[in-house]
Parts: sequence; C-alpha cells; structure tokens
Amino acid sequence: MSVSKITSRPPAPPGLRTWMRENLFNNWYNSLLTIISIIFIVILTGVVLRWIFVDADWRPVIQSPLLYLIGQYPRDMLWRIGLVLVLISFLIGVSWGVWGGLISSFAITMGTLMAVFALIPFQVAELTFSLRGVMLFNVVLIYLGFILGRKVSISGRNLAIAWFLASVIIIFVLLPGFAGSEIMPKVPSTLWGGLLVTLILAVGGILLSFPIGVALAFGRRSSLPVVKGFCIAFIESIRGVPLVTILFMFSLILQVFLPTGSRFDRLLRALVAVTIFSAAYTAENVRGGLAAVPPGQTEAGKAVGMSSLQINMFIVLPQALKAVIPAIVGQFISLFKDTTLVIILGINELLGMGRAIINSNAEFVQLQFEVYMFIALIFWIFSYAMSHTSRQLETALGVGER
Amino acid sequence: MDDQRELQPIVVCRDVHKWYGNFEALKGISMEVKLTEVVVIFGPSGSGKSTFIRTINRLEEHQQGDIIVDGIELGHDVRDIEKIRMETGMVFQQFNLFPHLSVMQNIILAPMRVRKWSKDKSEEIAMQLLERVGIPEQAYKYPAQLSGGQQQRVAMARALAMQPKVMLFDEPTSALDPEMIKEVLDVMVELAESGMTMLVVTHEMGFARGVADRMFFFDEGLIVESGTPKQIFNDPQEDRTKLFLSQILQH
Repeated sequence: MSVSKITSRPPAPPGLRTWMRENLFNNWYNSLLTIISIIFIVILTGVVLRWIFVDADWRPVIQSPLLYLIGQYPRDMLWRIGLVLVLISFLIGVSWGVWGGLISSFAITMGTLMAVFALIPFQVAELTFSLRGVMLFNVVLIYLGFILGRKVSISGRNLAIAWFLASVIIIFVLLPGFAGSEIMPKVPSTLWGGLLVTLILAVGGILLSFPIGVALAFGRRSSLPVVKGFCIAFIESIRGVPLVTILFMFSLILQVFLPTGSRFDRLLRALVAVTIFSAAYTAENVRGGLAAVPPGQTEAGKAVGMSSLQINMFIVLPQALKAVIPAIVGQFISLFKDTTLVIILGINELLGMGRAIINSNAEFVQLQFEVYMFIALIFWIFSYAMSHTSRQLETALGVGER
Repeated sequence: MDDQRELQPIVVCRDVHKWYGNFEALKGISMEVKLTEVVVIFGPSGSGKSTFIRTINRLEEHQQGDIIVDGIELGHDVRDIEKIRMETGMVFQQFNLFPHLSVMQNIILAPMRVRKWSKDKSEEIAMQLLERVGIPEQAYKYPAQLSGGQQQRVAMARALAMQPKVMLFDEPTSALDPEMIKEVLDVMVELAESGMTMLVVTHEMGFARGVADRMFFFDEGLIVESGTPKQIFNDPQEDRTKLFLSQILQH
C-alpha cells in the first residue's frame, strides 16, 4: 500500500477533546447523564473487581477444575482427552487457514482459553506441569495448523472429510475406548461430564439436527401428502412440547417401549432428544427461508433442465439458508444453553457438574455464587463466539446481495 | 445446415388448451415452428401469450392437446420434460438470475450439473457467450452489481450455454429501462441472424419487423391472426389486430 499517493485525505478524525465535547457534553443534561454514568460505571467496576479478586472464594473452582471440564473421566486416561484436544486444535487451526475469517473467532477463542489455562499464574492442584504443557502445545498446534492451511492448498471438501473422520474417531474410539482393552479400556459415558458433555451435546445436536431440519422443511413443502403430513405432525408436535418434556419422555418412555435389557446409553438418549427438538425448530426457520426465495428462481432452474433435487440444492437452499442464518444461529445458541436441561436425565454436564461440586462439600454450599458465575462465564464465551461467527458469516455471504 | 433439416418442425403444438380453475387461458392453440425460424407472438395482456410460451417447456402444464418439442412429446414423464428443457433455453421478463452466484457461476451451473460437462469446458463456453453478448468483463461480478440490460444479457448467455435448439423469450425487454432495451434487442437480432430458432413474446414491433419470419397475434387465448410481418403490418385482416397495432404503434 502506498499512502503517499493519496492527495486529498478525508478530514482528520476529531481529537479526543472535540469528540468528548460533541458526544458526551454537548448540553447540560447530556453532561449530567455522562457524569452519572461515569460514577455508576466506576462504582460497578470497583465492586465487581473487588468481588472477583478479594471477596470471592474461588476454592470450589480451583480445587478441581478438571471436574468442570471432563467430569469423572478417569484421570489416568487423561491422555485420551489430550489427544482429542490435539486433533481438534490441529483441525481448527487448518480450518482457520483454509476457510479464514469464519473459523477465526472459534480458533482464537479456543487458543485463548487454553493459553489462559496453561498460564494461570498460581498453583492449581490438578493443573499439573504436563497438563499446562499440553495446553500450550495445543495453542502452538492451532497456529501451526493455521500456517499449514494457509501455505498448502487443501480443498474444503477434504477438510470436511477430515473433520468427519476426526469426530467419528473422537466419539466412537478415543472417548469410549474398548471393553477389555489394556491401553484404552472402556470409559462408560456415565463417567463423562462437565464441559465435555455440554460440547458433545451441543455440537452433536447442532450437526445432526441441521440436515434433519432441512429435510423436514422440504418435506413440509412436499406435494406428497404422506410426506407432508408426517413432517407437519412431527414439527408441530415437537414444537408444541417443552424440551424438558421430551427429555423426560426419552428417559422414561423409551425404556418402556424398548425390549427389556437393551439399555440405551443415557448420553445418546439425551443427544437424540436434543437433536429432534432442535431439528423441529430448524425446520421452521428454514421453511421461512425457503418461502422467501422467489418462484422465478425455481423456474429459471427448471428452464435449464435441472432436476428438482438440483434446483433445491444449488439454487433454492443456498438462498434460503442465507436469509435465515441469524435465526438459525440464535436457535443454536439457545440449544447450547438448553443442554443444561439434561441434568434431569442424571447427566452431569457443565451446570450439573457445578451443582454436584457445590453439594459435595458443606463449605462449598456457601460458595455457589462463585461456581455459577464461573459456569456462566464459560457459557457466555461460547455463545458469544457463536454469535460473532454468525455476524461474520452474514457479512461474508452478503456479497452480491440485492 | 442442410435444407432438409431446416424444414423440420422443431416445435409442434396442436390444439393446446389450458385452464386455471374455470378460466380458460388457452383455447386451442396450434402452431408449428421450423428450425431457424423466428416467431414473434404479440397481443394484449391477458391474451395467453406468456402462458402459451411457458407451456412449451412445461413451466405451465397444458390440459389438452399435444406439444412436441424436438420429437419428444410433452407428457408427465419427468425425464422427457427435463430432456425438452435441456433443448429449450428460456429468457424471462424478470431475468431470474441466481443472486447468490456470480455471472460465471450462473452460466456454468446447468452445463456442469445437467450436461455434465467439465468445469473447464463450461467456463470456456461461458466466456465465449459473454463475449458474444458483449460483457466478458463482468464475468466475476454478481447479478446485483449489473444493470438490467446487462443482467438480461447474462440471462441469455445462461440459456445459450446449454446449447439449446430453441430459445423462448418471455417479454425479455418489458422490465428494462428504455435506454437498455436496445442492447438486449441487438443480441437477439444477432442470435436470430445466426440461425437460432426463436419464439419471442414481445411488443417490440421494430424487432418483429426486422427479424421475424412469422408473427402470431393472440387475443383471449386464441390465435386471432398470423402471417409474415409484411402481411401483419401492411395488410392485417382482423379488426382486433388492426385495433391493437394502431394502439401500440401510435407512439
């Protein structure tokens, strides 16, 4: 960039004083408001900071941070979690390099979180030296992946396949292990917990419910009465019922209907419940988007001889999804937060783990506010990363907008 | 092209009827269009001319009569319908470009997905067509970044990329600002002169006079009168034709 060639510059931004006079003190009542606000902010910041660093007792958090992250997952099997992290870090780094902006907020969030964990400046019992090392290694790995994704040309399709394979390995091999295996003994999902379970439910629910929701949305527009009827019945009955009810249904009724002895994994049950719940909402959002695509688009596709499937895949769906990204991401964020409800199935996801920790120690009952604040912070970080990504996605897809 | 092929009828319509509920939009249209012929269809709004041209590629379903395109009879067989649509390009009044795809992607989508041509081949054809319609420099822009006239020319390139045997034009200049009509008509004239078989619904009488082989005047779902441009303009037989021509030629 050569700045020197610019002959006429836009007017220089006003100095701080001018800006303040124009925006904060332009008349007496705005000045009053500004002063009151500043006083309020200062007091509030003081109170919050004082609480965080002086008053709050973070023992329930610091004593066993791993409980929040992975629940009761056997501590001698931690290397498996580490391997999961390594896989994800590397892939997210590469994705950041290949897909750019969209993944960046997730990659940066993840890297920052791990760096914070690795570099916490005081002694935390469970945060061993090697664990900190692994975290730091992951941060480096994200960056290396990013460089690799930038330098080497990797097609988006191959990357997606890599993600798919990695998820399969993580969910079906690394985390559960094998019964009878020496190196990787079975870890039943009842021992999984904390953020690990929250993320499995949220990410799994989002990834599985999305294609189902899209299929339901198309089904609802179908000209075949049976398909249409089924989709309407499914969508409306799921949407008419609270998630808690569906979870209860899955925990109790499924047992009644399934042949005795076949115990359906609890976590899987929760995942199915969350998925169908989210699918029904996704379907309605997508349907709104489908309805917004003008009929001329379909006609243009027909006129060049495309099949209905091709028209929907290449012409209608991309435009429909673009229109409903904010709604869908909003729904995914609420799905992420709704995973806390699986508590009622006895699954200790992040919030459940927090409650378990509070109840485990009489002293901690007094400190539940700290625990909940910590958990709220974790939820906020992930939700914010999602909504930030959604905004970036909208901008990126806004190219050529009418 | 040898003379024998030129005489082949490529579009044959016999007694085509179409109802919307109780309203009969087409009351028995018969028309034969031979290869390389340019046919202009005109008439007052609501006369069924757009409906008729849209029955030829099954954007509208006819309920009675036969439509045969390139030897294939339009029935309910989806594969037949898709085969006919591959051979008939259509240009719409509202362009109907795909707003989420670039100009190039708009053009190569069907050649790649329907004709199964390679990306390289499709892009090569697309580039040639964009040059033919005069906007090769817009290839990587999005439809919303183009003027109406440019969009309609992209729409023509998109239809031509499938290398159809017949081109259908449904009021291609009606949604355009006056200063852009000419750039679209120029391309259509060039296309007609190159030997493309065309069915054009339009009120552009200059275009009809210049390149049409035959003209059909539609009113109330029927062909009221047909003939060469000379016959229609100089010696119309029906009162309704005379009245309509006097109304649109006044200006």
